[in-house]
Amino acid sequence: MHEFRFEPVRLPAAAEALRGEVRAFIAEEVAKGAFTPSRNSWSSYDPDFSRKCGERGYIGMRWPKQYGGHERSALERYVVTEEMLAGGAPVGAHWVADRQSGQQILRYGSDRAKRTILPKIAAGVCFFGIGMSEPDSGSDLAAVRTRATRVEGGWNISGTKVWTSGAHQSNYLIALARTSPKEEDRHAGMTQFIVDLSHPGVSVRPIHNLYGGHDFNEVVFDRFFVADDMVMGEAGMGWKLVTGELAFERSGPDRFLSTYQLLVESIRVIGPDPDERCANEIGRFVAHLATLRRMSTSVAGMLERGAQPIVEAALVKDIGTAFEREIPETFRHLIPTEPTLGDGAGYAELLGMSILRAPGFTIRGGTREILRGMIARGLGMR
Amino acid sequence: MSEMRNDLLKTVDRIFDEHCPKPARESAEAGEWPDALWRALEEVGLDRAALPEEAGGSGLDFEDAMLALRRSAYHGAPVPLAETMLAGRLLAAAGLAVPPGALTVAPVQTSDRLRFVQGAPATTLSGTAHRVPWGNLCAHAVVAGELDGKGMVGLVSTSGAARGVDKNLAGEPRALLEFDATALIALAPLKDARARLEAEGALYRSVQMTGALERSLQYCLQYANERVQFGRPIAKFQAIQHMLAVLAGQVAASSAAADAAVEASRLAPDEFAVSVAKSRVGEAAGKGAEIAHQVHGAMGYTREHNLHYSTRRLWSWRDEFGNESYWQSRLGRAVAANGADALWPMLSRR
Repeated sequence: MHEFRFEPVRLPAAAEALRGEVRAFIAEEVAKGAFTPSRNSWSSYDPDFSRKCGERGYIGMRWPKQYGGHERSALERYVVTEEMLAGGAPVGAHWVADRQSGQQILRYGSDRAKRTILPKIAAGVCFFGIGMSEPDSGSDLAAVRTRATRVEGGWNISGTKVWTSGAHQSNYLIALARTSPKEEDRHAGMTQFIVDLSHPGVSVRPIHNLYGGHDFNEVVFDRFFVADDMVMGEAGMGWKLVTGELAFERSGPDRFLSTYQLLVESIRVIGPDPDERCANEIGRFVAHLATLRRMSTSVAGMLERGAQPIVEAALVKDIGTAFEREIPETFRHLIPTEPTLGDGAGYAELLGMSILRAPGFTIRGGTREILRGMIARGLGMR
Repeated sequence: MSEMRNDLLKTVDRIFDEHCPKPARESAEAGEWPDALWRALEEVGLDRAALPEEAGGSGLDFEDAMLALRRSAYHGAPVPLAETMLAGRLLAAAGLAVPPGALTVAPVQTSDRLRFVQGAPATTLSGTAHRVPWGNLCAHAVVAGELDGKGMVGLVSTSGAARGVDKNLAGEPRALLEFDATALIALAPLKDARARLEAEGALYRSVQMTGALERSLQYCLQYANERVQFGRPIAKFQAIQHMLAVLAGQVAASSAAADAAVEASRLAPDEFAVSVAKSRVGEAAGKGAEIAHQVHGAMGYTREHNLHYSTRRLWSWRDEFGNESYWQSRLGRAVAANGADALWPMLSRR
């Protein structure tokens, strides 16, 4: 039986010093009116803010300096991400590039990809989307039908990607495509490509979400040319790369802090002298949060040591996303409010947006059901 | 894990494997003192494992002692190990000598008060303590209270004090102790003695519940792989896989919360970390026991299968030394009083 061990991690002094810097930076930006914390999350797009993060060295923190990185540790990066999320900073534009795409390019990208793309990501001026899901391939990622065929000097890609968050505001996608026909091993024959969205042969169409927001897109490739040096790793390695990428995607504080602003504002509304029921629920959420944070920092420690904590990351995401979904469901009872879509309505709007965003938490980055299957495999049941 | 810790685990597991067979557990539930098991624990110094070395401890650090306690709970060992560790730590903290043998603590219920009465020639103890764990079988109790507004810790004999014995759901004795001008064997001041007894008790129950949860998951995996229905082991059904994935999450979260509290409480219980642990692990105990039984079907509902030795402990321990609501409320009040903007700075300092 797999024993899930979440060894404690002590954050180094350098990380704590960095925490103070990030906190001061966020406070300064809020004071200037650059953003309103309760309005933001890692899905909010603000290229100005991303550029400022790049200038301050908060993007590409673990990468080598030759690619614009800062050669910091995974734990220092962890501190910056959690401070950004807890402070409600609008980090959405650079989030995917920093969290996973850049990390993957550093490991599997060609020399040209690393030289031309990574410094721009680190500067906070180059954004990425995730090109995994398709109309007939969601949880079953190996069912992708986007095809790449060999042509002189590269590949031609044709097919459709969906639920591509931010594609309309991004410079690149990393797209997963089938490069040889399905064999017995359905995980074989797939390849990841770095796709420049400014090139011809790609069209991006908005898919509005349930509250009318534009985040999702459909991305259609029609004989879209990708040069050989924009292939990630080697042709056929796609599945391995995708699973590794998901470990970065799943364990971070973005998987339990999505409704943190609502928790904070609820505590503010309830005030310093809560009744028994309110005190009880606040205490319960804080107990869950403190525990999740310990588990998540532990996974950051595993990443720092070069491990691939895929099952542990799935476990943190499963319980973390359940936690963030519970926050609006509980506080709507404690602070009777009719949730609203209206702008500037304060608590009612924050509650409303939390309710409307909540279904996504347990779907994006791997559904709850897929994660539980992975955990069961870790327990030796599959 | 260090090599020393590994050796400790092996020793502890060997003792419990050897001395906790079913008949031993059943006779303990029938009210008999588990003499052979207790003596085996004393032989390797586990009863004193949580004490600092200068107070007669066995040289283990606090984390190791708590790991041993967690394994005792994993094995469902019917002994007052947590109570003896807790009583010893209170005495040591007050600078008092720790007597040999199993010890318990009183009072354990929030509404109970024991009074130290100053008299000539000596101070005595009076009052009633309900549901004192193993209070009828331990020769000494360590009591906490106040004298002239100052926290005090005392040591008394329990001889003749037991007025009745109840059991918790796991069949562990819970005694009604009555003291009436009872002589104190020792008495010394200890800051916030009563709060310290309560918080440290909550910490130990959190550690024990984590052990019992780990065992419940282990029973489930074994059973699900062996039990065949519809032509295959039930572990192959997605419904069962998802239930056990949820249970594994509860176990992992409990372990993280309990470890954090142990780390923060080496010298004295840390209020925040203990509140988190008792709240989080107590919740996992209920949710975890429910899943474990559902997976075991009718078999787990029998006395024959061993699952109940773990789950009845979970259902008992979550309500001892303050249930989830009690600790959540304390935590919630503290957070609210400090204000919304103080929450993140506080959490991130941990």
